Amino acid sequence: MGVGIEVTNLNAWYGTNHTLQEINLNIPANHATALIGPSGCGKSTFVRCLNRMHETNPIARVTGSVKMGEMDIYAGAKPVQIRRRVGMVFQRPNPFPTMSIYDNVASGLKLNGYTNRRVLDETVERSLKKAALWDEVKNDLKKKSGASLSGGQQQRLCIARALAVDPEVLLMDEPASALDPVSTSKIEDLIFELKSQYTIVIVTHNMQQAARVAEKTGFFLNGRLVEFDSTHKIFTNPSDKRTEDYITGRFG
Amino acid sequence: MNTGAQTIRTGVRDWADRTVTFLAIAATVIVIAPLLAIFAYLLFKGAASLNLDFFTKIPLPPGESGGGMANAILGSGILLGIASVIGVPIGIGSGIFLAEFGRGTRLANAVRFTADVLNGVPSIVMGVATYALVVSPHIKWLPFVGHFSAMAGGIALGIMMIPTITRTTEEMLLMVPNAVREAALGLGVPNWRSVLSITVRTASPGIITGCMLAFARVAGETAPLIFTAFGNNFWSTNLNEPIEALPLQIWVYATGPYEEWHRLAWAGSLVLIVLIVFAVSLVRFVTSRGVLKGNS
Repeated sequence: MGVGIEVTNLNAWYGTNHTLQEINLNIPANHATALIGPSGCGKSTFVRCLNRMHETNPIARVTGSVKMGEMDIYAGAKPVQIRRRVGMVFQRPNPFPTMSIYDNVASGLKLNGYTNRRVLDETVERSLKKAALWDEVKNDLKKKSGASLSGGQQQRLCIARALAVDPEVLLMDEPASALDPVSTSKIEDLIFELKSQYTIVIVTHNMQQAARVAEKTGFFLNGRLVEFDSTHKIFTNPSDKRTEDYITGRFG
Repeated sequence: MNTGAQTIRTGVRDWADRTVTFLAIAATVIVIAPLLAIFAYLLFKGAASLNLDFFTKIPLPPGESGGGMANAILGSGILLGIASVIGVPIGIGSGIFLAEFGRGTRLANAVRFTADVLNGVPSIVMGVATYALVVSPHIKWLPFVGHFSAMAGGIALGIMMIPTITRTTEEMLLMVPNAVREAALGLGVPNWRSVLSITVRTASPGIITGCMLAFARVAGETAPLIFTAFGNNFWSTNLNEPIEALPLQIWVYATGPYEEWHRLAWAGSLVLIVLIVFAVSLVRFVTSRGVLKGNS
């Protein structure tokens, strides 16, 4: 089951560049939340702060608190522990190129020391089914490399890989921006399916996509969260002028 | 629509296309031709002296006809084995440090600079240095120190392998897309595990190529062995004793006064090249089997 995320006074820097300024928001559990905004507004940095990927860059720095359920992920916990609870799907599909489809999905468990064949087999099948990829690959699990799949299949493979470690939160950084319309709609259907079991945060450039999959939408601009409300309100009756300008296409 | 101007432009482009293609093919031929020429000449000169004795007998005293280089072939195998045991782990380890853990640090820059300098050090200097460090000191309680030995030769060759392996490992790891590293970290895999199981594994074909290059390079080295392995006319597998090596034997025989020796030197050269090609192909075959098809 997913958990809610409570972000308080979050600031992030790349070197001297203050990329996120005083972010406060509550992401509801078991819903999809979309983050929109022009390029460079900080929305990707924001999701990378939610699983402490931001700090893998040596010049990056974060202050503030992010509470995931009862746990403040910036107080005491180790990044690897956080990342096991928070799955991430990236903009470009990034399956491990040397691994088979099976090994890609099992990698999170295997690399963390699980070896029980039966558990691995079950997890791989369940994760691929959740990612709506099982029927397409079930006969080639160990024969084909993850890199031999099509782009859309690769992205669903990456989603299956993230689901295999049984996370509570799923972060998706523009998961469909490198995909064709058919693959994109498959990913969107998937988000719709998954959001009852996971807390999903999706960054997107595509406003229709936000409107289709998310209950809540946040609008970022120049490192600040301008507005955060129900998706319906953001797209029909935003309270901030800048949000209205952005969604009506006046800039960005 | 096909106007006159377009036809002319297309003609120029076709011509340029053919010229560049021709130049590329010509360059390839120029690269391959010397290798084939060397191989053909070695076959011509060496094949006649090759017989079973060459691979099973040790050298005979000067003036006697016959004998072989079996001890040198075995010795080269032992020396290269020691060299690989020293050079491959240290080389790959420092390459991983340069590309992954120490990226951008002062220590990494110092290591990279040292490796580049070491790469340019002439092999004879490497031999003299190993002589000074391993062969000449008289420290009783240290094994392998204080006399010519197979171990000293292996150390000299091993040190020569390190910089090549270090730098190719680094280059190959840097070619692994950052997305692959992030994918692993995003799964909650600790960094060290991600580096060893994901990044290094993704780069392994290139790293293996680097190791084979280093191996092939030292396999033919004579100079570093003169003051270290020293050479030995008899069977020896003792790492504490001087040992024969194919390049050393070839050098002695090729510069010697006897016609019989010259013939054996040619045969030895042929065997040396064939063994290197065989070893490289074998490693490539073995290491490429586990890798899945569809990614290259």
